[in-house]
Amino acid sequence: MSGEIAEAFARARARGEGALVAYAMAGDPDLPGSVDVFAACVEGGADILEIGVAFSDPIADGPVIQGASERALKAGSTLKRVLDEVVPAVRARCPQTPLVVMTYVNVVMAMGEERYAKLARERGVSGTILPDLPPEESTGIRVAFDKEGLELIPLCAPTTSPTRAESIAKDARGFVYCVSVAGVTGMRSELPANLSERLELVRRLSPVPVVAGFGISNAEQARVVGAHADGVVVGSAIVRAAQADGPAAARQVCADIKRGLKR
Amino acid sequence: METQTAPGRFGRYGGRYVPETLVPALLELEQAYAEARKDPAFDEQVSQVLREYVGRETPLTPARRLTELWRGAEVWLKREDLAHTGAHKINNTIGQVLLAKRMGKKRIIAETGAGQHGVATATACALFGLPCEVFMGAVDVERQSLNVFRMKALGAKVHPVESGSRTLKDAMNEAMRIWVSQVEDTYYVIGSAAGPHPYPTIVRDFQAVIGREIRTQSLVAFGRLPDAVIACIGGGSNAIGALHPFVEDKQVRLVGVEAGGHGLDSGQHGASLTLGTEGVLHGSRSLVLQDENGQIIEAHSISAGLDYPGVGPELAYLAKTGRLEVRTATDEEALKAFYLVSRTEGILPALESSHAFARAGDLARELGKGKHLVVNCSGRGDKDVATIAARGIPAAIGQEGA
Repeated sequence: MSGEIAEAFARARARGEGALVAYAMAGDPDLPGSVDVFAACVEGGADILEIGVAFSDPIADGPVIQGASERALKAGSTLKRVLDEVVPAVRARCPQTPLVVMTYVNVVMAMGEERYAKLARERGVSGTILPDLPPEESTGIRVAFDKEGLELIPLCAPTTSPTRAESIAKDARGFVYCVSVAGVTGMRSELPANLSERLELVRRLSPVPVVAGFGISNAEQARVVGAHADGVVVGSAIVRAAQADGPAAARQVCADIKRGLKR
Repeated sequence: METQTAPGRFGRYGGRYVPETLVPALLELEQAYAEARKDPAFDEQVSQVLREYVGRETPLTPARRLTELWRGAEVWLKREDLAHTGAHKINNTIGQVLLAKRMGKKRIIAETGAGQHGVATATACALFGLPCEVFMGAVDVERQSLNVFRMKALGAKVHPVESGSRTLKDAMNEAMRIWVSQVEDTYYVIGSAAGPHPYPTIVRDFQAVIGREIRTQSLVAFGRLPDAVIACIGGGSNAIGALHPFVEDKQVRLVGVEAGGHGLDSGQHGASLTLGTEGVLHGSRSLVLQDENGQIIEAHSISAGLDYPGVGPELAYLAKTGRLEVRTATDEEALKAFYLVSRTEGILPALESSHAFARAGDLARELGKGKHLVVNCSGRGDKDVATIAARGIPAAIGQEGA
């Protein structure tokens, strides 16, 4: 199943679109309810699903995803239950869509890196994003993931120097997640002016697709950013819509973003 | 024994587990700190402020009545409560704010639990003319109103944090989030010997002045090194500061006292060295209180400075290698020790330090006569009087005390 992520990007490109990586929180409002949200995102046009696994201390997240994390924990969400109950259900409903888990390193460490990698691949997860695991600390986990063919997707930040960006991009698996703003996840009314240059730089260096995320919440932002990247990640806007008005609202956000990603 | 096994590593512990956005800032800090340490002028600048402003060195006071009461080792108190602002925290904030100035940073942020670190940071910022913002759990804002006032009086802005357990760990999360968004011109002063590399090293180095003074003062006061040094441990900055200079002196027993809260069996405590498991919290790998799914468990202690579910990575390493002996004291034991020390020595210790005192009696008896025990009195108890008074003041305390 390795290469699923690459195929999803290729399919979007062939249709003349940027790819939409849609993030939602597994277990928000509850485990089965979140499956409906993920499926709705795919109906709305999401090309890759990013499955958030809650952590009690999410230092990379803003208030919207923090809130979702707290709700998911209250609903009994754990990494094990997400892999056992949410991932297979999403997989059954959206068999063509690659799944990527996003959580914090402590959650994976608690399960054990190797056990996680094996279980995640068995359940049909293609990749994993750990926002508090910079390259210096990732060697051990990468070995465990590579062994199972689970792609460890790296992040690149606005503060990352070009030399550092080069080494991050060169070693990337799956795709490079370019953080568009210095800050935490959450919607922004404006994105930095130099974002397009940074995206182009990382794209030149990276053997895998490059997406931008953090702060992107509407079609216009997706259009501007999508012109310089292979796709975008949208999280807080989907989480907020789903919390307020259910799966249909999440589908609507995805459809809107997808319109902005048409080339 | 060299505790630092690689840059930023203490055995398996330490490291730098933070969002990529922060990594360049931590690399910059690591380099700036390495350069500052090589510069004798910086060292002299810090020492001068500690002398002229903080009031160092702090005394090593003989605790004659406690010695008499406990009938064991001679007890000495390292009086960090007499440092300006009333706790050891000032040693570190003077150092870090001077470092921030040297790096050309424009503003300072900090997190605080009991408020002592917030007050110390606000003080250093006032002294050196930098704007200061302090993040503090909403629960702590309530129980530490005196320190909230002090911070505001010193010109700092205090942000109550409403997420999670609304205590120190959440204040630290929030400070990190704010730092991520303003990392270019903002310096984050971490108050404990925890957090991502290089903070555990920086904080330890600035706090090690406590242990260095204990060394020289012991030689003057009783002609040799102490037989044991005891300190309370939350995140562990006063402990690592007092203990680190003795790590190589195998004849000196190093003892740390964690918050036993309502008791280790109650699940409500702050004993991460005693009952924690390996994990990553606030940017470093250490021992943390967590469930089997890797979710951090909220810590509990009567002392706002000790209810932290993690601990600095160097202390975790010292505990795992057996160099550090770890004990616990419950809320009740700490309260008892508070009154005991107040009434026998005329010193109101902070509730944090009261945990160290709660185990100091046992240790003094274990050591026996002719030995010397130093208790790190990390801070004064004024900030805690509302919490303590709310429980009613006992007319008399048991003679066995703590």
